[in-house]
Amino acid sequence: MSHATPMKRIYVFKRYERFWHWAQAALVIVMLVTGFEIHGSYNNLGFERAVDLHTLSAWTLLALWAFTIFWQFTTGEWRQYIPTASKLVAMARYYLFGIFTGAPHPYHKTALKKHNPLQRLAYLALLALVSPIIWGSGLLYLFYAYWGGLGLDRWLSLEQVATVHTAGAFMMLVFVIAHVYLTTTGHTVFAHIKAMITGWDEVEDDAPRATTKPR
Amino acid sequence: MHKIARRMAAALALCVATTAGMAIAATDTGAKSRSTADHSKFEELAGPFDSGEAVTRACLKCHTEASHQIMQTRHWTWEYANPATGQRLGKKTMVNAFCIGDQSNEPFCQSCHIGYGWKDKHFDFSDGNKVDCLACHNTGEYAKPFGFAGNPVTVRSEYPPGSGKFVEPIDLAKIAQAVGRTRRDNCGACHYYGGGGDGVKHGDLDSSLNTATHELDVHMNKDGLNFSCSDCHVSDQHAVAGSRISMTATDPHPALLRGEKSERNPAACQACHGDKPHKESLLAAERLNAHTDSLACQSCHIPAFARGGVSTKMAWDWSQAGQLTAEGKPFQKKDDHGHVIYDSKKGSFVHGQNVTPAYQWFNGEVTYTLQDDTIDPTTRVPINVFHGAPGAPNARIWPVKVFHGRQPYDTERKTLLVPNVAVPGDTAFWYNFDWPKALAAGAEATGAPYSGKYGFVDTQMLWPITHMVAPKEKAVGCQECHADGGRLAGIEGVYLPGRDRSVWLDRLGWLAALAALLGVTLHAIARVITHLRKED
Repeated sequence: MSHATPMKRIYVFKRYERFWHWAQAALVIVMLVTGFEIHGSYNNLGFERAVDLHTLSAWTLLALWAFTIFWQFTTGEWRQYIPTASKLVAMARYYLFGIFTGAPHPYHKTALKKHNPLQRLAYLALLALVSPIIWGSGLLYLFYAYWGGLGLDRWLSLEQVATVHTAGAFMMLVFVIAHVYLTTTGHTVFAHIKAMITGWDEVEDDAPRATTKPR
Repeated sequence: MHKIARRMAAALALCVATTAGMAIAATDTGAKSRSTADHSKFEELAGPFDSGEAVTRACLKCHTEASHQIMQTRHWTWEYANPATGQRLGKKTMVNAFCIGDQSNEPFCQSCHIGYGWKDKHFDFSDGNKVDCLACHNTGEYAKPFGFAGNPVTVRSEYPPGSGKFVEPIDLAKIAQAVGRTRRDNCGACHYYGGGGDGVKHGDLDSSLNTATHELDVHMNKDGLNFSCSDCHVSDQHAVAGSRISMTATDPHPALLRGEKSERNPAACQACHGDKPHKESLLAAERLNAHTDSLACQSCHIPAFARGGVSTKMAWDWSQAGQLTAEGKPFQKKDDHGHVIYDSKKGSFVHGQNVTPAYQWFNGEVTYTLQDDTIDPTTRVPINVFHGAPGAPNARIWPVKVFHGRQPYDTERKTLLVPNVAVPGDTAFWYNFDWPKALAAGAEATGAPYSGKYGFVDTQMLWPITHMVAPKEKAVGCQECHADGGRLAGIEGVYLPGRDRSVWLDRLGWLAALAALLGVTLHAIARVITHLRKED
């Protein structure tokens, strides 16, 4: 795309963050694949193995999240997810029009503000809306055997819980599709993915300042 | 007709010999008797005995209460008033879809009565000397041939009379001196052979259990636990626990402790295993144990019945019976496996081995269509109905054998009919192939009114599947039910992941995913096109 402006390399994604992202990505994909098999959409591993793998992945992701939440707060990275209205419309306009005309990206990524306003909003929605739906229904689903003891069976049916869990899965599927596509919208098609692998991204150097690898 | 009778007699003699042979061939546990008495040292049993009753009189000298105990049980009375339904049941009067009914056929059928001499309705049920101790306590060589009203044969006898065929006598003293605890082949001598042959009725009970492998039945495995029937069907004062006439369909309790006093049925799986028997990994979160809230143990642990190499009858069409050869003789047809698929005496059959059971909700309550019940001949008549509402807390999903019959009924009175078939004589169907005579004689014996007009009606009979418990590795896999069109297709009252899903949510969800995919694809194409234009 536009290479007129000088580029500089910045260190955006720290090692733990990259590990978290890719591990989470793999787990989410495994859970989608096994989840829809459990749902009955197709026959791949067989129901029993699909359930085992789905459950194992769920616990692994929960453990990963436990570390990640700790990491977010100790590093202050959680602030990256605070939503902002600034440039939100500009971002939407860019994806709808500017991206085709070669207009400059309206958002300038820095190590302290690595997510554009649309990303922040999307990730927050994932965290605050889709996650509770999936994890709430998923854990209820998993611990179905204990409903009687907890008195939950008077209020819940497996059908309701399964339906909500499936709805969450479809939301996650739509997110994954959009998310994977949007990785191609960097200054080159694979720039974002490369950044998520190496940690380093190239941004326009319109306000030169020293960039050092944060410790 | 006389020639036919001779052939029948030959077939019968073979049948008897086979049955007796089974009893002899059956394996003993091999273990030494645990009894504190050696019956061969008892003077009372020195013999010789000229009848079964003489043996019983000797038994009762020491076992003073045994006959009184037996006479309280269904094994003796063949009668049972079901307290739950009020129906008067029991083999004495019930109709089934196999040999149909006992009445008028007693001298033949009562080979499986634990008494001596029940040949008609005048049998004295209060005579304790007529109790047959040996039927259940012999350790081999005992036989009660068909046609002798439950009596063993002590003098060489011609049967049927005038046929020139003889039944050889047995030595009752020798048998009496060797008595012991009940073994599998004692129970099996009748319970395997119900319906006229090995494995015919139940599907989960046949002579293969006498020498069961681990694969066939984990409890009866001859090289393993080697259970006798009475290890589960525990008896108390000769009353044996467990019956298909009224069943224990649910038992949501932990295992009984040895010696624990309980009203629970000791024959139920849960009596030993408890209702949450699966040791599961933390990952499984008690998933299998939760299944016991809706499934009977048998549903997963008996993946198929008739697994021991003996086939079971799945269908029996009496309306085809009576076809004769050009010479007027009865005949048999066999399939490639040697199973009789047609017999002039009985009609046509369908056999099954390794049969996948059908499944249905069952709360233990069974009602029967009895002789005086009005039937609807326009539909398949249920000989018995297993009750239980889908999802009800007192019901579980049970495996059953669904047997299809076609049998005679009174077309005017709309009642099932009992034919006289097996006792040599002018009216018996097996000897004269004359339905009107056979049905009139049957009706006379039952006392039921009969219009004289008969036809054949489709019937169905259910059998609970509860024996032939497979090793746990061979239990029914998750996917056999958690799938479209699986074993539990059509079973209501449970949400079954993999089988059940919200159709509208699926449509909406896949539509959303498709829309997202389409959206990004169009976006990508637009990007490529505008990019190429700029390059120009």
